[in-house]
Amino acid sequence: MSLTGFWRERPNLSRALLFAALALVSLPFLDIELHRPDPWQELGRIGLGLLQPRWDDAASLAQAVLYTLAFAFCAVTLAVAAGGVLALFYHRWPVRVACAATRAVHELFWGLLFMQFFGLSALTGVLAIALPFSGIFARVFADIFAEQSTLPRQVIAPGRVSLSALCYTTLAQAWPQLTSYLRYRFECALRSSAILGFIGLPTVGFHLESAFRQGDYAEAACLLWVFYVMIATLRWWLDRRLIPLYCLIAFFVLPPSPPVSVSLLGEFVTRDIWPLALREGDYIGALAWYAQEVTRVVLPAAAYTVMLSLVALAAAGVVVLFLFPIASRVCVGRLAIAGHALLVFVRSTPELLLAFVFLLLVGPSALPAILALAIHNGGLVSYLTAREADRLPLRADHAHGINLWAYELVPRLFPRMFALLLYRWEVMMRESAILGILGVATLGFYVDSAFAQFRMDRAFLLIAATALLNIAADAVSQRVNRGLRFEADALARDC
Amino acid sequence: MKRLLSALLLCLFAAPGFAATFTFTAIPDEDESRLVERFGKVADYLEQRLGVEVRYLPVKSYPAAITAFRLNQVQLAWFGGLSGVQARRLVPGAQAIAQGYEDQFFRSYFIANTSTGLTASEQLDPSIGGRTFTFGAKGSTSGRLMPEFFLRQQFGKAPEALFSRVGFSGDHSMTIAQVQAGVYALGVVNYLVWESELAAGKIDTDKVRVIWQTPDYPDYQWTVRGDVDAVFGVGFADKLRAALLEMDDPALLEAFPRKSFVPASNADYQPIEDVARELDLLQ
Repeated sequence: MSLTGFWRERPNLSRALLFAALALVSLPFLDIELHRPDPWQELGRIGLGLLQPRWDDAASLAQAVLYTLAFAFCAVTLAVAAGGVLALFYHRWPVRVACAATRAVHELFWGLLFMQFFGLSALTGVLAIALPFSGIFARVFADIFAEQSTLPRQVIAPGRVSLSALCYTTLAQAWPQLTSYLRYRFECALRSSAILGFIGLPTVGFHLESAFRQGDYAEAACLLWVFYVMIATLRWWLDRRLIPLYCLIAFFVLPPSPPVSVSLLGEFVTRDIWPLALREGDYIGALAWYAQEVTRVVLPAAAYTVMLSLVALAAAGVVVLFLFPIASRVCVGRLAIAGHALLVFVRSTPELLLAFVFLLLVGPSALPAILALAIHNGGLVSYLTAREADRLPLRADHAHGINLWAYELVPRLFPRMFALLLYRWEVMMRESAILGILGVATLGFYVDSAFAQFRMDRAFLLIAATALLNIAADAVSQRVNRGLRFEADALARDC
Repeated sequence: MKRLLSALLLCLFAAPGFAATFTFTAIPDEDESRLVERFGKVADYLEQRLGVEVRYLPVKSYPAAITAFRLNQVQLAWFGGLSGVQARRLVPGAQAIAQGYEDQFFRSYFIANTSTGLTASEQLDPSIGGRTFTFGAKGSTSGRLMPEFFLRQQFGKAPEALFSRVGFSGDHSMTIAQVQAGVYALGVVNYLVWESELAAGKIDTDKVRVIWQTPDYPDYQWTVRGDVDAVFGVGFADKLRAALLEMDDPALLEAFPRKSFVPASNADYQPIEDVARELDLLQ
């Protein structure tokens, strides 16, 4: 058998090795260092804090939780409406491009942009989540609608294109899928809402950031527990019949917004985000400015972001290989419940928060970012893989222990695992860019600097570059996965 | 749908309690719990002196403070030298009205982890090159702008070329904590934050010490928007200035920490603007 034949017959292995090789090549370019001589002492203090949560001011805690929920509810409501409408026109390319662009920009970047003209207001928080979510909903809704059988429609309303035809046929069929997807997205919205606190909106993240920064781990732990409980109990309180009521309440509890200055908004869109040369009509000068920015800042930062995400992807793969058995019944029996709980815990913690804590622990380098991305995404994929492992039909005389893992589970689950990881790659790329806000040299670092210097032209260019990068990553992972013929689990997508 | 959306947006905009409240903010230059504590007291004092409702809006970053000021979400702000200059450029008519007594001759301390073996000297030791170093916030005057200026002046190099790694800790308290923990070998801080944390016993002098103090420069100031008289009544800005300058309760002043407040003007900060332009931190 020829060598190419060998690889062609093992598409999963060859692709996985390709990504592993890319990660290995990237490694020397990343700056990975342990700066704190002794992180264990601090880690111990965090552990102690987690066991002894404490919060002195119950009113401010309740307010932060309420705002976190309110932002998420309002944003998801708006996004469902907008996404639903856009899904009907998703076959038109301008709609597809617009949706791809909105979802390629991270909620935090949207937040930073909106803050420039809406200030620290409810509008900023709600729109920062609602906009990318609309883009995501449009695509997913369109996918779900397309999957439905067209037969009912042909029978009930042949040749009619109307709202009632849609409601009584396609929408009715898709309903169970839509609601389960929305429940999961709401969890994502809660995470995004919490994270927006890092840039100053009054959600849980606002207090989390200060508490961790000041080393007040008992207080931070209290917030974290509240956040976990909120997510873990979702299925009990997020009742379909209560949702309209929740939304109504949410609109009333939102923090007050200052009046919007239309002139500032106009100025931002027509003036601030364009380079000086362009505003003065000097097109050659503007081109030179763009060329200089691209070569000096955008390309190096983009390369760093890609390399970081590749290393994080490989690290997440390693995490999955060794972590999924702890939540799988065939491997650990009853203990799987504990493993399952740990994985839910890990995947509910936003990457930004994980990275922030690691940064405080080991100092600023690419290491905290890689750890955070690998743990969060590895945890999520492990969770899904473990679920898959328990569904596998096994022979009565199957092997046990390490042999079961090495010779049966891993080989059989590998294609699925790899496909899921690849779907997460786009997410990891989005997150790597954002982690720059914490000081890693990815695109987010320069976005943050540009905002600090009020250079909106540079900030805008960098955010646009980030969006392009994410769109490219999405295209690559879809292409590779199409070869593997796997449909992504909704849970593995986007957030 | 469109009608619903506009109704919802209207609800968001029409939220009550914004127009008549005089709101101020401050750059988050040290531990946030302290910020809330110290500015909560100032809000009470101003409310009593000005006869209008006064609220303190906490923010997470220097640019957020400037943006809130630009959008008229706050009318008054306790800015650093550079953030004040940036804010007044974005808000025509804004005035620096008062500064701390100490802000007329402010300075930064370069600090080092004791494991470096560096000690206090008249000039920065050339052996600091090649080590790790952290500034405070990216837009800080005492934690970024002026230290970078003095570093370039002495070594003729950008900090990125001088040190093996340059970080931005985010605020002065964090800079001290990170240099003390050895995350960075060196750092630079606002000297008043250092003195007050030292007095509060938060600094372990066996682990971190001051190795150089910079020459003097002007720093923090209260800046007010030019349109406050139109909103809060004629003479409001003067009343505000008087209230700030006459603040003499040690409990209030100690929280800043400043001895007293003295008059200031936009022109006092020209040197800061010039330096910022030279370092390309201002367009």
